[in-house]
Amino acid sequence: MRRVLSVIAGLLIAGLAWEGYKAVGNPEGTVLFGVRVLPRADDLSMPHLATIADRLGAPELAGGRPVWQVVLDACVFTLGITAAGFVAGALIGLVLAVAMQRFRIVERGLLPYVILSQTVPLVALAPLIAGWGGVVMPPWATVAVIAAYLAFFPVAVGMLRGLQSPSASGVELMRSYAAGWWRTLVKLRFPAALPYLFPALRLAGAAAVVGAVVGEISTGTRGGIGRLIIEYSREATSDPAKVYTAMLGAALLGLLVAAAVSLLEVPLMRHRRHVEVVTL
Amino acid sequence: MTAVVVDNVSKIFNQGRPDEVTALAEIDLSIQNGEFVSLIGPSGCGKSTLLRLIADLITPTTGTVTVADRPAATARKEQEYGIAFQQAGLFEWRTVRKNVELPLELRGVSRSERKAKAEEMLELVGLADFAGHYPGQLSGGMQQRVAIARALAVQPPLLLMDEPFGALDEMTRERLQSELLGICATTGTSTVFVTHSISEAVFLSDRVVVMSARPGRITAAIDIKIPSRDEAGRQAPAYFEKITEVRKALRS
Repeated sequence: MRRVLSVIAGLLIAGLAWEGYKAVGNPEGTVLFGVRVLPRADDLSMPHLATIADRLGAPELAGGRPVWQVVLDACVFTLGITAAGFVAGALIGLVLAVAMQRFRIVERGLLPYVILSQTVPLVALAPLIAGWGGVVMPPWATVAVIAAYLAFFPVAVGMLRGLQSPSASGVELMRSYAAGWWRTLVKLRFPAALPYLFPALRLAGAAAVVGAVVGEISTGTRGGIGRLIIEYSREATSDPAKVYTAMLGAALLGLLVAAAVSLLEVPLMRHRRHVEVVTL
Repeated sequence: MTAVVVDNVSKIFNQGRPDEVTALAEIDLSIQNGEFVSLIGPSGCGKSTLLRLIADLITPTTGTVTVADRPAATARKEQEYGIAFQQAGLFEWRTVRKNVELPLELRGVSRSERKAKAEEMLELVGLADFAGHYPGQLSGGMQQRVAIARALAVQPPLLLMDEPFGALDEMTRERLQSELLGICATTGTSTVFVTHSISEAVFLSDRVVVMSARPGRITAAIDIKIPSRDEAGRQAPAYFEKITEVRKALRS
């Protein structure tokens, strides 16, 4: 109950901040030394929340389906791509982390490239991957590849740190039990890595959403929320509220992915919830 | 039959590098079956290193270690010993009972047998009521008792203990000392016990091995015979004589 209330309170505060800024902010934006430090507060840049809500209910085009349905459909489409990219990226990240933990030489050889991979501009990479669409994989899968490309990184790095986190005494203990590498991984390293894994998965989830949205735009894939943002933003001058409905959709997507990771975390991190220390 | 034979063992860390350290030099030690031997000496005398060599957690630079008439590596693979460290080193994601079950799990013991054994061991260290707690909920002393229960769970023929009671209060320490002696006597377990405490070493041991630092060497081995290892034993003149003897050996 308290959580629900705090969520509602959070939404209210965000809404009040938006409308409050609109009320007091300079419609032309605040310009300091030739640089705009605060955004324009006019109806074109920041439509009223009520206008956005109205727009959600109104038809997309004259006589068409209401916008909320279109946005929701696009969300479902992009969610599928995000999920595929997230799962693939997380698995690749896990495998890389385990390989890097197992073989020092792999860590030394691979880690610089793992880091380098994230400095390559996505816009340079996307056309290359888009070229695979329809040839090696369906077009939607190329977007998932881009999402996975962004998602694997935090998992690989976070999980490697986690797998290396057990103390020397824990490792010695497993050695004293004559447990080999695999059993040490399963019984010690993997559970010890979970507190590192979940924050990494959250980052990976956010990265997968960004990857899917940007991937849709740069590969020109139709049907998703990324494409919708581009389409609606072209109408921003005549219909400013429309593009915000698509942005709301993208935000909803991010929340869904974060919630999915949290659901995964609950059963696996049970021991973290008992915190009261007994001293006898 | 001998439980442990350490034959002319030296251990040099970082050999051939500027930070080379000779931790142990020319160590000879043999421990009979059922014998309780304490290693005592100043910090850095290599007593923990010696224990780790017996456990085959590190390998000697020269010399050989034999455990239960087998090379130490074989003995480790056959899980001939149980070990308890200075830090409890419990797995925080496992309940207390699951922690004690860990070595049994790795041996392939059945679920019901594991549970029964773990509960028996927890009873022994006085933590039966905390089987379902997580280590993070227990105080340091309680965690250490769980670690001891874990080391005992497989009922190994050899028990290696690295200052296991160091973090405990005097009352718990004395109670656990008596418990440990009881377990060793009934099961015939041989024990190598590293400690800083002279009185603890004398009370527990059949033999106290005194070591000196840099390089770690055995300087004396004192056989202990006190009339009984209980409250009366702690007050016997023989007990105090031996404490004095060990103290003198440490000084020299």
